[in-house]
Amino acid sequence: MLEIRDLVVGYGEITALHGISLDIPRGRIVTLIGANGAGKSSTLRAISGLVKARSGSIVFEGENVTRLPAHKIVGRGLAQSPEGRMVFSNLTVLENLRMGAHLRRDKAGISADLDHVFALFPRLKERLQQAAGTLSGGEQQMLAIGRALMSRPKCLLLDEPSLGIAPLLVRSIFDRIVQINQELGLTILLVEQNANLALKISHSGYVLETGRVILEGEAAILRNDPGVRAAYLGEA
Amino acid sequence: MRPALSHLLLLGGLGLSAVLQIVSPQLDDYAVNILILAGINIILAVSLNLVNGHTGQFSLGHAGFMAAGAYASSLVTLASGPLASGGDPVVKNAVFLGALLAGGGFAALCGFLVGVPSLRLRGDYLAIVTLGFGEIIRVVLQNTDAVGGARGLEGIPALTNLFWTFGIATVTIYTVACLVNSTYGRGFIAVRDDEIAAEAMGISTTRYKVSAFVVGAFFAGLAGGLFAHYISFIAPETFNFLKSVDVVVMVILGGMGSTPGVVAAAILLTLLNEILRDFEQYRMIVFSLLLIILMIARPQGLLGNFRKKRKGTS
Repeated sequence: MLEIRDLVVGYGEITALHGISLDIPRGRIVTLIGANGAGKSSTLRAISGLVKARSGSIVFEGENVTRLPAHKIVGRGLAQSPEGRMVFSNLTVLENLRMGAHLRRDKAGISADLDHVFALFPRLKERLQQAAGTLSGGEQQMLAIGRALMSRPKCLLLDEPSLGIAPLLVRSIFDRIVQINQELGLTILLVEQNANLALKISHSGYVLETGRVILEGEAAILRNDPGVRAAYLGEA
Repeated sequence: MRPALSHLLLLGGLGLSAVLQIVSPQLDDYAVNILILAGINIILAVSLNLVNGHTGQFSLGHAGFMAAGAYASSLVTLASGPLASGGDPVVKNAVFLGALLAGGGFAALCGFLVGVPSLRLRGDYLAIVTLGFGEIIRVVLQNTDAVGGARGLEGIPALTNLFWTFGIATVTIYTVACLVNSTYGRGFIAVRDDEIAAEAMGISTTRYKVSAFVVGAFFAGLAGGLFAHYISFIAPETFNFLKSVDVVVMVILGGMGSTPGVVAAAILLTLLNEILRDFEQYRMIVFSLLLIILMIARPQGLLGNFRKKRKGTS
């Protein structure tokens, strides 16, 4: 569904990605793991068009989207829940969700999708008229994911959904991610520092190190790889 | 704001403008003078607030758009000669309205031309580009003999009155309120809150920024037209950098993104300007002190309601 070939991304003098290639098949959860600065977020940003690729290609459902501006990519069905839960803090929860459906004109579909989001995250429904900036970290993360869902994407990009969230909530958010994948049939590309948890819910994964893919494979195999265990799963 | 409330505000404002106009012969000239300057400042501040407050872009070129509107509208009324200065009040005011709209339209066009390339920039860079634009307009006017060069334009018919000033101020407030509170307009605040997230939601941030800029420039152009047809004389120096700063001060003082706050600040600063007239050279010192005190005591401005942007944890 999403094929990335030899993607190179850089910021000024610094090259963040040295030509990585990824395959995200339809209906799967694929995870990118790696240390800080490995290039995980840069990959997602490049896919969403938030940074421009220096070279390489990003093909989504047969269409080359490498050079499309970010707002057009959303229209193609690729939505991102950005790192650090970038919710619009001065808008209410409802307004944030509606902002996710910004490109859509089908009123009935939008309200049906709102109900979907509330079914996934009942907490959001309780906070509907509250300014998003006053939500807890976990609630903001739910809102960021819900907002991304409101564009009715085919593929969801999640950047560090566990970042800065209470451990209890992390579990529940990951359960929702699985639910989104299974019930709504969305393809998910997940970037996560919590490699253990991410590999548990994923089908396959890639390990990034300083801008290169150093390992790839089925999630279960990666989880048992001695190198991965040592470097990312906290085992000696 | 609910639609019913904003329509009420529109009607109320227009009614008030008409009443002011009717009682104006009873007011002394000085009071009328202050009221008109306050009204013009309200238009400038509320329109800049759309750009600087709601959309979060830092523009320093509002005086440039005001100049564009002032010159364009004055050229229209001067060209229409006796029609604008003749005895028939209907014809006179129709010409004036046309001239104002021409001025606003021309300023909006300038806003578009400046906005499209420069609004891809952020923060400081945008401030520098808009500052540069304001200066370019001024220098171009100064060196164009057709519009009087540095001597300025004189003999502009005095057509501005309280009705036009407050009528247009009301329309400005109404337009900005409707725009920002509409579903479309929530995009302005989204751009302000988090540009990257907005872009990731499918919001074309450049288009939003340019449209805020164009609408802001349009109303600044109207304010320029009103100003020119009130003072009857305009020169490039009238629209210098300090004028832009004045408007920015009103927006910051009133509270970024708060229309009532910005209106209050525009009135307050107009009055302060008059009160401090005797101490002309110390005026800027008082202004600066006021700003410093306010920023310490109330960083969000008089009536600002925006929370500070929360820094993302990473």
